[in-house]
Amino acid sequence: MKGYTAALPSGEAIHYVDRKRWLWLASVVYPLQPLIGIWLHAETGVEAWLLLPLFTGYVLMPILDWVLGEDENNPPEEVVPQLDADRYYRILTYVVVPLHFLSLIGAAWWAGTQDLSWWAFLGLAFVAGMTSGLGINTGHELGHKKSKLERTLAKIVLAVPAYGHFWIEHNRGHHRDVATPEDPASARMGESIYRFACREIPGAFVRAWQIERERLARRGRSAWHPDNQILQSMSIAAVLQLGLLIAFGWKMIPFLLIHNLLAWWQLTSANYIEHYGLLRTTDANGRYERCRPRHSWNSNHLLSNLVLFHLERHSDHHAHPIRRYQSLRHFDDLPTLPNGYFGCYLLAWVPWLWFRVMDERLLALPHVDGDLDKVNVDPRRRERLVARYGPGGA
Amino acid sequence: MAAYRCPECGYVYNEDLGDEFEGYPAGTPFAELPEDFTCPDCAVRVKAEFERFDPTRAGPD
Repeated sequence: MKGYTAALPSGEAIHYVDRKRWLWLASVVYPLQPLIGIWLHAETGVEAWLLLPLFTGYVLMPILDWVLGEDENNPPEEVVPQLDADRYYRILTYVVVPLHFLSLIGAAWWAGTQDLSWWAFLGLAFVAGMTSGLGINTGHELGHKKSKLERTLAKIVLAVPAYGHFWIEHNRGHHRDVATPEDPASARMGESIYRFACREIPGAFVRAWQIERERLARRGRSAWHPDNQILQSMSIAAVLQLGLLIAFGWKMIPFLLIHNLLAWWQLTSANYIEHYGLLRTTDANGRYERCRPRHSWNSNHLLSNLVLFHLERHSDHHAHPIRRYQSLRHFDDLPTLPNGYFGCYLLAWVPWLWFRVMDERLLALPHVDGDLDKVNVDPRRRERLVARYGPGGA
Repeated sequence: MAAYRCPECGYVYNEDLGDEFEGYPAGTPFAELPEDFTCPDCAVRVKAEFERFDPTRAGPD
């Protein structure tokens, strides 16, 4: 197996082998699940196979994350430049781009041409959307990089979930404002995921448009100029979805509506759990402190990280956004999620359960220490939370 | 003219070159960038945190 050799500051030589090297292929294969479900349906005639990704994502994943547990291993800093330069890792993120298109087109083809029962049709639209949500994850990893190729691929893959503004919104908006009350993509303590979605989805779009409009204005161009990167990605999405409509007929209208909403909901769910209640403090000039690892919830769960290009190592990602997925680190004393993302989504969709599990975790963090002033609190819930936990904490 | 470097990700704003994509023409002094200027590549560091950088010297990147 390929290894990297480097010298420690002491002069001692180390040799490092990335044991997860081949396992990262899971992030490439995982979005192909709708096609596997379709194949099994075709072979057996059992429509329930179409729901396979639903079962993997929301039953199997949380259980396997719990059983297989966490991996806190970090590559030694001395080998990170070699690990980052190894083209194998980035090639995986390129290869998965056409697979996202294939998954959506395959699911649309099956839904549009087969005589499915109503629940199987809805189920297939649902899993197609869930899977395209993973396209946002691929776009996320690619969009943080500096190379033109990776940035272009990010815009292309974001056409699959029809979420072309994400690249601007996330890199230039969310990363700048993360863990502050100003950020529509950082959830507040006491805010349910459903109220969060109503703030996040339109808020993110408005912020992205504003950032891109200002950039274009500095270049003396109108917001509708072809250089608008949001419109570039959205145009690919429009061609793709109109093409599906022409190819497979009216059934694509409900199919794509459900697909798009579900894909966006995947991102909303991730954003909700990634920064829930966390707050950056302000200095004497009212400026927010720099984003640190403690401003994101982290998860080291092995399996769900392997299918999400390490997205759940979110604390290091926000503190050092350019770092490649294979090099993201675990730190001690981080805000830690109780399960991988898939399990946490289930929790988040039941607000009282989410609050019950997470509010105590949040207040117990060393830098919060029960102090609600150090928490990003939903203003509508502040009174109730103060009554329950006291202004100075539990 | 001078250049300034983001201490987080190594993005360099070179006054001679400006940053055309971001809408800052060549020759725009760093001081004239908006006060809320944030690193266009990582968005972690803000204008006040940028360091003077000698573009003729090979940087760490």
